[in-house]
Amino acid sequence: MAETVPYGMKTQRPPDIPDVHVIWMTGGLGCDGDSVSITAATQPSLEDVLLGAIPGLPRVHLYNPVLAYENGDDFMKYWFRAERGELEPFVLVLEGSIPNEDIKSEGFWAAQGTDPATGQPITIPEWLDRLTPKAAAVVGAGTCATYGGIHAMQGNPTGAMGLADYLGWNFKSKLGIPIVNVPGCPVQPDNFMETFLYLLYQVAGLAPMIPLDDALRPTWLFGKTVHEGCDRAGYYEQGDFANEYGSAKCIVKLGCWGPVVNCNVPKRGWMAGIGGCPNVGGICIGCTMPGFPDKFMPFMDEPPGAKVSSMMSMGYGTLVRGLRRLTNDTVNKEPSWRHRGSQLTTGYRPRTY
Amino acid sequence: MATLEEEQTAKRTLVEMSWDPITRIVGSLGIYTKIDFENREVAECYSTSSIFRGYSIFMKGKDPRDAHFITSRICGICGDNHATCSCYAQQMAYGIRPPAMAEWIINLGEAAEYMFDHNIFQDNLLMVDFCENMVRETNPSVWEKAKKTQAPHAADHGYRTIADIMTALNPFTGEFYRETLHVSRYTREMFCLMEGRHVHPSTLYPGGVGTVPTVQLFTDYLVRLARYAEFMKKVVPLHDDIFDFFYEALPGYEKVGERRIMTGCWGAFNDPDVCDYRYENMSKWGRGMFVTPGVVLDGQLVTTDLVDINLNIRILLGSSFYDDWENEETFVQRDPLGNPVDKRHPWNQTTIPRPQKREIHEGGKYSWVMSPRWLHQGNHLALDTGGGALARLWATALAGMVDIGYIKATGNSVKIFLPKTATKPEVEFEWQVPKWSNAIERNRARTYFQAYAAACAYYFVEKALGELHAGRTQTHTPFEVPEEAIGCGFHEAVRGVLSHHLVIREKKIANYHPYPPTPWNASVRDVYGTPGPYEDSVQNTPIFEENGPENFKGIDIMRAVRSFDPCLPCGVHMYLGPGKTLELMHSPMFGVQHA
Ligand code: SF4
Ligand code: SF4
Repeated sequence: MAETVPYGMKTQRPPDIPDVHVIWMTGGLGCDGDSVSITAATQPSLEDVLLGAIPGLPRVHLYNPVLAYENGDDFMKYWFRAERGELEPFVLVLEGSIPNEDIKSEGFWAAQGTDPATGQPITIPEWLDRLTPKAAAVVGAGTCATYGGIHAMQGNPTGAMGLADYLGWNFKSKLGIPIVNVPGCPVQPDNFMETFLYLLYQVAGLAPMIPLDDALRPTWLFGKTVHEGCDRAGYYEQGDFANEYGSAKCIVKLGCWGPVVNCNVPKRGWMAGIGGCPNVGGICIGCTMPGFPDKFMPFMDEPPGAKVSSMMSMGYGTLVRGLRRLTNDTVNKEPSWRHRGSQLTTGYRPRTY
Repeated sequence: MATLEEEQTAKRTLVEMSWDPITRIVGSLGIYTKIDFENREVAECYSTSSIFRGYSIFMKGKDPRDAHFITSRICGICGDNHATCSCYAQQMAYGIRPPAMAEWIINLGEAAEYMFDHNIFQDNLLMVDFCENMVRETNPSVWEKAKKTQAPHAADHGYRTIADIMTALNPFTGEFYRETLHVSRYTREMFCLMEGRHVHPSTLYPGGVGTVPTVQLFTDYLVRLARYAEFMKKVVPLHDDIFDFFYEALPGYEKVGERRIMTGCWGAFNDPDVCDYRYENMSKWGRGMFVTPGVVLDGQLVTTDLVDINLNIRILLGSSFYDDWENEETFVQRDPLGNPVDKRHPWNQTTIPRPQKREIHEGGKYSWVMSPRWLHQGNHLALDTGGGALARLWATALAGMVDIGYIKATGNSVKIFLPKTATKPEVEFEWQVPKWSNAIERNRARTYFQAYAAACAYYFVEKALGELHAGRTQTHTPFEVPEEAIGCGFHEAVRGVLSHHLVIREKKIANYHPYPPTPWNASVRDVYGTPGPYEDSVQNTPIFEENGPENFKGIDIMRAVRSFDPCLPCGVHMYLGPGKTLELMHSPMFGVQHA
């Protein structure tokens, strides 16, 4: 009758791999807001993951410049080790958009570390070329990394783009995982940590393939619109709209894009259920979307699609949903100038490079 | 260090060392140095930034009402400071003044930002340089001493020895480190109550806020504020203990990160009773701010006038990757008071990037950061921001204008009053004007400013509740974007001076130039060869680290640089070459150059 394992251990099983490394590149064109954001997460928190508070997880080693103990080469050595295949397996997280380094004759837009051979900085695209073929999974944190975001706005001088523009929308990691995009500007703290946890489970053999939508976002987080999760939607349905900021009513006429944007923030709040966007009086500017920011500007104007739908009252449900889908399709596409190649097509005309 | 100077003409052995990236900051910073190990000092330092994003370029032609949403994305830790500053500049351009309630809500949000950001930077990023692991690695003898040194304020913070404090600061495993992370969360909740989301706010608009002022809103804020005040009653004495210990354990430590006292503050927290956002009245409402604007030079306050501050800003090139704009359009000839505006002023700047090879040496181009300077009596001063807090407290103390019950500026100190909290009685802290502008004092000021922000927040909650109880709940003033206008905003980002300059033509942005703190601090050698603040505070920093070149961590340099609270999403890196990138060079000229 002797038990081979104590009864409490029966449901637990060790992860397939004991350690996972996480190379977090903040060197894209970004603001580091996503690194800062994850320190706000509590479900799970960074400590929960790093100190092994959650069952079944492999040991996690995080190399993130905002949080690292080491500096300089002591820190960059992990990048080089990952490149040499000495950090296995590793998850690559990119923060910030990828500038196009091919549109100019010399110099760099964004770089991290120095090439010992040339003494020149190593650019972000070069790091991606070195590391993405070896990564177990490639994750975009925040809208810059996922789709280009603010720094890839019309008229930008760097030709910035998102991960899928650079690696291709069909990219698969060595484990067969597509790019995983967790957009948001910045990323909602728990949205990122929750996705990250899922991926760790997947890499450890404890979860099936992560479910992603067409824009490579986790479906359980981005499957609903802002509007569907907004507690002001009741006013919308009654056609009762705010005409000034500071009102508790639906703010669609003040510029909220909620009806056509995929995001759970109004429902989840920003952190600990507090804050958010339209639910607390902030117009939704579509910051999780491939079309952000260009397709939503000027932010403070009433969205053209919403104009039609806010004029309809109840009863036209089907028609309204159809209209929304039309606009939703448009804003779920990136503008045309985010691409590779030696041409800068953002509208900016450089005189010096 | 006088003996070192005498040897400067003699042959020196310099070791090139660099740290790229400098971690535990926001953004990309590289520090390249030449170190004289024999004489234990840094002989030369260059700071470099490796990122260019081009805000002032892609903002051209956009709707000016988008400016605060866009500029918030300049920084991932203090984006809201940008959004706020942009709204200030827009309000000037649109000729509007938000309702008082909106100003109190913004002040509460910004106070929460200071409370959060200084807290997480100080104790989760910077103080790792003072934690047990680091001190044992770099200065074992200091660690031995810390174990034997009683903490003078043990009764206030609960740690018996200095070593106990250091252990509590170890990343993730340290008790105080984890407590700070927790505090960084509820302070961000306070922020989100007022501004919607951290770090890029959702509820800020030119003209006011979209936040709905309710009893619940202010209560939720106040209970968290009280928790924070209780925490500060422990944190201020804890930091005093550890900083005083460094002066005592390592005589001469005041030299680390020291530079000439030359620091600026652009003021924070507008008072709705006096602030109308009209440029013509800016001197007056600037002096009404609850953190007084000012420039402190060699210990003297040389101005508190925002107009004066504004007109003397100069953006120089030199070692950065840009072409000059001398032949480009001049957007603003005169300010609204009729004063001439210089071609090198942000209102008239045109940003022309020229990517090129990085050449890190005197006269070479090596950074994406420009060189902002402040013109005073014919000199282009490389002002620093004191990491924010030092300049704010210094200017406020000397000006002696702030007196709101919770804060009193005395002319040579700032008194901060925190009311009774759950387990601690009321406390008064007094920040005294320090003898030096150095790493330790920048860090100490940061802790005191956390208490300052909390004390201000108590005042703002009272004011906001006053409006609410009186039924004045409007939070936004409507406006039209004018055909043509100019505006400027002045604020304090967490780590120092922040200005936004805006020119509108045909209702579109014709020019927009934000100047955050880090371009000031991380600025590079300008056309006159004047190094920026990181560069000159690291240069001639004595080396106290016990490790030799083989396993050198550069801890004293890290402490010098981090004391400024570098935040360079706009770019700067440090790299350390342990052994392998070392290059010995013999340079008899160095000492002379920097004598
Ligand atoms: S997505 Fe937003 S938060 Fe993230 S790096 Fe870009 S600007 Fe910053
Ligand atoms: S609600 Fe809109 S603006 Fe807010 S986080 Fe979601 S997508 Fe971004």
